[in-house]
Parts: sequence; C-alpha cells; structure tokens
Amino acid sequence: MANLTLVQAINLALTQEMEDDERVILLGEDVGKNGGVFRATEGLHKRFGPGRVVDTPLAESGIIGTAIGLAMGGLRPVPEIQFEGFLGPAYDQICTHAARFRTRTRGALTVPLTIRVPVGGGIHAPELHSDSPESIYAHTPGLKVVMPASPYDAKGLLVSAIRDPDPVIFFEPKRIYRAFREEVPEDEYTVPIGSARVVAEGSDITMISWGASVIQCMNAVEAASASIELIDLRTIYPIDTPTIVESVKKTGRVVIVHEAPRTCGLGAELATQIMEHCFLHLEAPIQRVTGFDTVMPYYKLELEYLPDAQRIGEAVEQVAAY
Amino acid sequence: MTRPMRTMPTAPPKPRPADENLAAALGPEVLRSWLRDMLLIREFEVRTMQAYQNRQIGGFCHVYIGQEAVAVGCTAAVNRNDPIVTAYRDHGHALARGLEPRFAMAEMFGRIGGCAKGKGGSMHFFDVPNHMYGGHGIVGAQTPLGTGLAFATKYEDEVINGGSSSRVTLCFLGDGALNQGAFHEALNLASVLDIPVIFVVENNGYSMGTSITRGTSMGHDITTKAIGYGMESAVIEGMDVMDVYNGMKPMVDACRAASRPAFVEIRTYRFKGHSMSDPRKYRTKDEEAKFEAEDPIDKLADYMMSEHGLSEDEYKSLTKSVRTEVREAVKWAEQSPPPDLDELYTDVYVERWGPYLGTSPPPMMQERSERRP
Repeated sequence: MANLTLVQAINLALTQEMEDDERVILLGEDVGKNGGVFRATEGLHKRFGPGRVVDTPLAESGIIGTAIGLAMGGLRPVPEIQFEGFLGPAYDQICTHAARFRTRTRGALTVPLTIRVPVGGGIHAPELHSDSPESIYAHTPGLKVVMPASPYDAKGLLVSAIRDPDPVIFFEPKRIYRAFREEVPEDEYTVPIGSARVVAEGSDITMISWGASVIQCMNAVEAASASIELIDLRTIYPIDTPTIVESVKKTGRVVIVHEAPRTCGLGAELATQIMEHCFLHLEAPIQRVTGFDTVMPYYKLELEYLPDAQRIGEAVEQVAAY
Repeated sequence: MTRPMRTMPTAPPKPRPADENLAAALGPEVLRSWLRDMLLIREFEVRTMQAYQNRQIGGFCHVYIGQEAVAVGCTAAVNRNDPIVTAYRDHGHALARGLEPRFAMAEMFGRIGGCAKGKGGSMHFFDVPNHMYGGHGIVGAQTPLGTGLAFATKYEDEVINGGSSSRVTLCFLGDGALNQGAFHEALNLASVLDIPVIFVVENNGYSMGTSITRGTSMGHDITTKAIGYGMESAVIEGMDVMDVYNGMKPMVDACRAASRPAFVEIRTYRFKGHSMSDPRKYRTKDEEAKFEAEDPIDKLADYMMSEHGLSEDEYKSLTKSVRTEVREAVKWAEQSPPPDLDELYTDVYVERWGPYLGTSPPPMMQERSERRP
C-alpha cells in the first residue's frame, strides 16, 4: 500500500499496465520528456523509452486518429489530451471512428483505446480548460465514459479501461489531482467499468454525483442533519442504474450534483431513469445542483458556477422538507 | 509599400520516369490477373449501378469506374500483409485486395451475408483478413488512421519483436481530402515519427462538384504539399495500370527500406459522377470523352494483345467469366437474408446487448422479434 494522490495513482496504473503488456503505448503532447501537462506520465519516458511514450506534435485530431489506427492494428494506445476543451478538434475521430468501428465492422475490428483527459473546473483556468463535456460522450453509442473521484478508483478504473476492448474516455478531475491522498494498493486490482460506489450509506436522501463534485457532496453530507446516501457514479456510461434504483427505493428523495451545464446534463438522464424505475417510491421532486447554462466563467466567478456545499445544502433542505 | 511576391514553382514536376518497365518484367500471367481484376471491378460497378437504380441499394453510392488502374496497380506494388485504408469510393480497393464480390454486393444490399453483415454499406467495406481497414465516409478523416496503422506495424516490428520495420501502409485519399485539417496533421505526424506510410492521392480532378483548381491551393501541383512535410513525392499517370505499378513499386520499396512516409499523386478520372445522383454540370462532355478514350482496361488489353498474343476469343472469355462471377454475386446477395432485429444491439459494445441494457434486449425489440415471421 502507498499513500497516493489521484495523479500518482494514475501514474502507477500506467506504469504497471505498460510493464504487463507491451502493446500499451502512450502518446500525446508533452507526455514524454515533460511528463504531461499535469505530470501524470512523469518518469515513464525515461523508464520505457521514446518508442513507447511518444511525444507528438500539437494536433488533437491527428493524435486521436493515429491512436485509433494503432488500436485497429492490435495495440492498446493510451493517448492524453491535455484539457477537455481540446477534445473538440478530435471529436470527429472519436465519434465517427472510435465509437463506431465495432458496429460498422460487426466486431471484426475493435478499438481498445483509452483517451485520458483532465476535466472540470476549480483550478482558476478559463473556459476550454475547465469544462465538463461528459454527457456529449455519454450520448455517443459505442463509447464508455469514466470519471473517478478518488485515487483508489482512479487506479482501478484506469486498469479496467486500458484492458477494455472498447474505446473509453477516461476523464480525470483535475481539481482533485493533488487535493488529497488515499491508500492505494500496489498489487494489481481493477474497479469494473459500469459500477457506482456508495460513498456513504444513508436512509433519507439519495445524492448522486461524480468527479470533483463528489468532494463537495461529502462536505454537504457531513453538514446535513438528514441521513444521506451518497453515490459516486464513477462510470458516466454505462450508467449503474441498479445501484441508483436500489438506493432511491429506500430513500424516495434525490439530489443530483454535477458541474456540467444543467440542460441535457447527465442529471436529466438520471432523473428520467429514476422516474421510469422508482416513480411510486418518490416522495419529492428530484433536485439538481449543477453548473449553469453558460460558458464556464473565468476564475473570479468560477466558484459561483461550481456546485458548492451551500447550494447542495439548500437542495437537501428542499427535498427533505417537501 | 507593396509586399514581396511569394515565390511560386512555375511548372509542376514531371512524372518520374520509370527507370525500367517493372510491370512488363512481371510477365503475362501477372498482367492477365491485373486485367481480370480491372474487368471484375468494372463489371461489379456496372451491376452496382443497375442494382442502385433498381433500389436494391440504399443511401448513396460512389462507383470506381475509370479509376481501376489505381487500386489494382497500387495493391500489386505492396505485399498482401501490408495494410491499406481508403475513403468512401472503396469498392475497387476492396475487390483488388481480394474481397469476394458476393460479400461486397450483399453489404450494399444491407444483407447479413455482407462483409460487415449489412451494417456498413457501400462506403464502409472492411476486410480485416486481407488487411483492408475500410472504407471511410468522412473525407480526409481516414488519413490519420493510415498513419496509425503504419505506426502499429512499425511498433510491432521494432518494439515488440525487436527487429526492423518491414511493412508499408497505403493510405488512399481523394484530392478533396487535401483541404481537410486531419490530412495535414496526419502527414506531419508521419514525418516527425518516421512512419512507413504512403499517402496515395487519387486525383480525379473533382472534390464532388468542385474542380481542384477552384478548391485547392497549388492544385496544379499537389506534390508541393509533401515538401512542407519533408517527404519524397511522385506524380504517376493513373490511366495505365503499368504506369501505376512502375511508379509505385520504387516508392514502396524506398518506404519499406527507410521507414519514411511518402506522398504520391496519381492522376486519374472518374468516368461517372461523384455519386449516383450527380448531374455532372461542373464538367464538359468533351472532357469526359477525352478521358474515356484513355480507358485503362482497353489499354492493358491492347498491350496484352500486341505483346503477349492475347486473342479476341481469350479476351471475350475473360470478360464472360467475370460477368458470370458478378451475376452470381448479385444472385447470392439477393438471397442473403436481412439482419435480424436483434442485430441492432449487437456489436455496439463487447457486451452482447450493450451494458446499459443489461444482458437482454429491450422489451420492445423482444416483442418485435417474436412477431416477425
């Protein structure tokens, strides 16, 4: 066991997977000599050499297209895109190629690709460096979308993602890259894609969140007088519907918290699924605490935009009092 | 103050003359197989047009008639395990690579017997056993895939097997793709990483309805694109399969030996429209007639007759055998059943029905499947 930050856990997962499987290859802007924009690949260039940790030009469409070609050729590429906003140039390759080759070829070709992308706000960066586009990719059949909120899950989920035969968008909440440490086993383990984590058990209210917002939720749970069951989704798609349904049937009240803008955010899909599966168990309208339907603001307004313990607390009071 | 004039190359480089006629040296049996392959593609496309007009093929359809020498000459210049990837006008490449016509036809008919079980269609032929990696519908977007496929062979040869890079990837694209961003990213990546890929531009002069001179800077000499990426380039006349082979073979050999990318312009012409629904208002009948007189099939047949004593009867029997093969392919495709409804949810993910839906199909589909005769 080691006491690691989230970014160190990612580095450990990459190191171990590269040792285990020589088909794993890293590529991206400055992932090599410089160790990545957030230093997630620090030391790997030296350890595995420039043939396996490949510094590429600044060209997201080319990086992801090339990575898909590598995957079609039988390798397990793990490209890094420096910020979630930079997925834009690569969107065509991700959504018209990676997501669709299994279907288009009826399984003759698969794309075992893991795209690592720092995501979300909270580091005083402007838009394109602080966005939360997860529902765009969750809305694309053929992709799996993952977002860990703890070092333990980050390592276990990244290993699962690299070994998964389908393309995975692996979002890393950059706000909590170094926010806290956790015991992370050095031995091999995996956290399955598609399974949520019950962070805290409770009986009055179900709170669902993912990414860095889970930390805000944990603070709200501690401050609240109600007994809150906090679920960290961990995988954005496929959604672990059974875990959510089981909890809501018990509590009948739901608060969903996410950084992404409100309209068509994943919260809307979750609320619909809860209605489909638990309509007669609901005691109150589902509350959403989200970012706003606006472009992510620069840092002076950043904390106003991001869901915080106060806004979450107000939503908790509303559903509890209904 | 006036700006200084940009220096422009005044004339396009001449097509690189082949040092020797490599194609002729391969002998009559090889040339005869090329003739058969080109006839097969031509006949396949003629039948494809008929089937499209009979509404047996859905959506859009882009035929390869006129460009046959390019696919046949290029695939002849590489080894069978060298990957190829192309754009949406992909029938010729797939057939030249060895895809059986019946699987190709059934794919366009949307039948389960198709090369992608009726899920891909005309623009998305894949034939992985023959190292044919598609068939791609977004113009230019296949170019980085070509870089990646070549990177994968190099990685396997050098990093995993500890040897030296031994394979070459052919990445075909149309002249319209030259103006897409992905093309430039892919060339730059291939150059800085020493990737063994040849970008083969099939320059048929038109990006759908826009001529290359209207839509592409330096359209009169597109090999200038390669200069900026530090690549060797060549211009090859694409209306004669022997020219194609003679031009491609040295490029392929050099790419394989040095693990360096290269750029090739092959000048060709599509005899038909961009797609089946193209009125061709952007070009003249005279222009079409001029290129039709350059038919690559006639050229090779004439050569075979004068140099290797191919008789009219032999040529007719070759044509007839191809016609029979394609007619049988159509029949086979017509008899192949359409995909079951449950195919909708297979092969979206590795899991049978997609993880979101658990392990069983959604109830609506189960009911519909049961209702189906």
